Amino acid sequence: MTATIPDADRPAVTPAFQQVSLARKTKNGVATVLVWLAFLIAVIPLVWVLWTVVESGITRIPYTNWWTEDFSLVLSDEVGGGVLHAIVGTLLQGLVCAIIAVPLGLLVAIYLVEYGRRTRLAKVTTFMVDILSGVPSIVAALFIYALWVTTLGLPRNGFSVSLALVLLMVPVVVRSSEEMLRIVPDDLREASYALGVPKWKTIVKIVLPTALSGIITGIMMALARVMGETAPLLVLVGYSSFVHWDMFQGEMASLPLLINNERATNSMTEGSVGFERIWGAALTLVLIIALINLAATLIGRLVAPKKK
Amino acid sequence: MRPGDRIFKNLTTGAGIFVVILIGLIGLFLLLQAIPALQANQVSFFSSVWETGDSKNLRFGIADLLAVTVATSLVALVIAMPVSLGIALFLTQYAPPRLARPFAYVIDLLAAVPSIIFGLWGLLFLAPVLEPVAQWINDTLGWIPIFGDGNIAPNIRSTIFTAGVVLAVMLLPIITSLTREVFERTPTAQIEGALALGATRWEVIRTTVLPFGKAGYIGASMLGLGRALGETIALSIILFIPVGRTFDWSVFDGGATFASKIASNYAEFNDVTSAGAYIAAGLVLFLLTFVVNFAARSIIGDKKGD
Repeated sequence: MTATIPDADRPAVTPAFQQVSLARKTKNGVATVLVWLAFLIAVIPLVWVLWTVVESGITRIPYTNWWTEDFSLVLSDEVGGGVLHAIVGTLLQGLVCAIIAVPLGLLVAIYLVEYGRRTRLAKVTTFMVDILSGVPSIVAALFIYALWVTTLGLPRNGFSVSLALVLLMVPVVVRSSEEMLRIVPDDLREASYALGVPKWKTIVKIVLPTALSGIITGIMMALARVMGETAPLLVLVGYSSFVHWDMFQGEMASLPLLINNERATNSMTEGSVGFERIWGAALTLVLIIALINLAATLIGRLVAPKKK
Repeated sequence: MRPGDRIFKNLTTGAGIFVVILIGLIGLFLLLQAIPALQANQVSFFSSVWETGDSKNLRFGIADLLAVTVATSLVALVIAMPVSLGIALFLTQYAPPRLARPFAYVIDLLAAVPSIIFGLWGLLFLAPVLEPVAQWINDTLGWIPIFGDGNIAPNIRSTIFTAGVVLAVMLLPIITSLTREVFERTPTAQIEGALALGATRWEVIRTTVLPFGKAGYIGASMLGLGRALGETIALSIILFIPVGRTFDWSVFDGGATFASKIASNYAEFNDVTSAGAYIAAGLVLFLLTFVVNFAARSIIGDKKGD
């Protein structure tokens, strides 16, 4: 008889306010401990990695020549010189990448939010952006190699690195901008249309400024991310120990490439010149990334729409 | 439609279409560049040799690369999946609401560390600490083939095991953030219902949060897998490639993944024909990550209901 009554409709057999049995209490306790443990397990490597970078990298950073000289005149096992060439390369490649990736990503985001709502193409685009964000950096590098070097016959250079980074940056920019554009209230758009403002002007003058702070934050974070990429550098440009400004010609250093180069050519034992250079460069890279993230937060706050 | 509107609409739509085409272009260009090398290949593409130094006599196959890629990713997932689940539960169900946001931010910081730094840290700082652990696993569980002596057995620092642990750390923020998002959307009514019936906190999680978020968690883990398959520089720093020995199905093996193989042989990219062999490997990696990401997105998309 009872079997015919669906489970959910059957009255509770036992009173709800019963004492919690020991087994249930134990299970609950074990779960609580495990969950806290999982969190601690995740914090350990983070603290450890950051501590390693700071502790191992701090040796050379405080000297001015670290920031104002390159390695062109120092031997590989000689103390001295600096990473200016790599900083220049990292910033330059990141900047050129951003100049291409930001407008492209922003346009795609505007399309998805303002024009494509619920169309088939928008769905496909969203899906492809997701897939693009899963493309490994080494595959992006191979694609640019196949396009730039083999097909077009152009030399490997700093600019080709920037192109590969564009592939990695665009999906991040699209996703973060899209999210920001979506939370702009429709009332604002409608008010603008009601005043007879064309749609494109509404987007440029009303929607974008409203979402600007979030968009800028997203862009800067994406930029910080791609600056730490190493794989495209290996395939698409050679390392040079000189400060080099020409994106289209010759070899070009950058911080990840410098780290990889020193790792391959130097001993990595603690206290050696190679060790100091590698971790000094790693700390410099982390500092730059942290600075960009910090700037993102500050700029985001500065341009945020004023609240009463 | 006003001309300004038309231009702007076409511009943004064009950008959207461009991104869609881009994926196709990646596949197409990799394929076009891989074909000549594949035709010049003297051995089966599914063998495990890799001799591309002489562009007149290319001999390359992906069996070993595929095995090591999959093995490293699986080790990473086995470690990262339960920990990420724990963190996501911690952040959504256990942490005091005021602290949940900063805690989540702390975990996200892991994603901001460049992977080359994870690689260096893994090899120079983590591997020595893991060595006794690896030795212990090898001593006590060595009778299970996957924990037996690998192809670089005496030198058990630069193994798939070490690489997997480092990779697991790198996957934590990815899997956690998505899982957390799904868990946060568990209907409050269900949670309150379970609480009203006198469920303990763990029982609430088991009966409402986990069933609701399961698909999202699996999708997030697959996204992590996609990332693990393509991780490049950290693995090329950590993994040691044994000479003349292939993958032995032990976590204490060395070897190279698709990505790390390509990255560590960048010198051969000066020769376009040799590069073709690596592009062929890259094409396989691209297809692999495409399939995994496709599946992950489908699972997550279904769950989100849009």
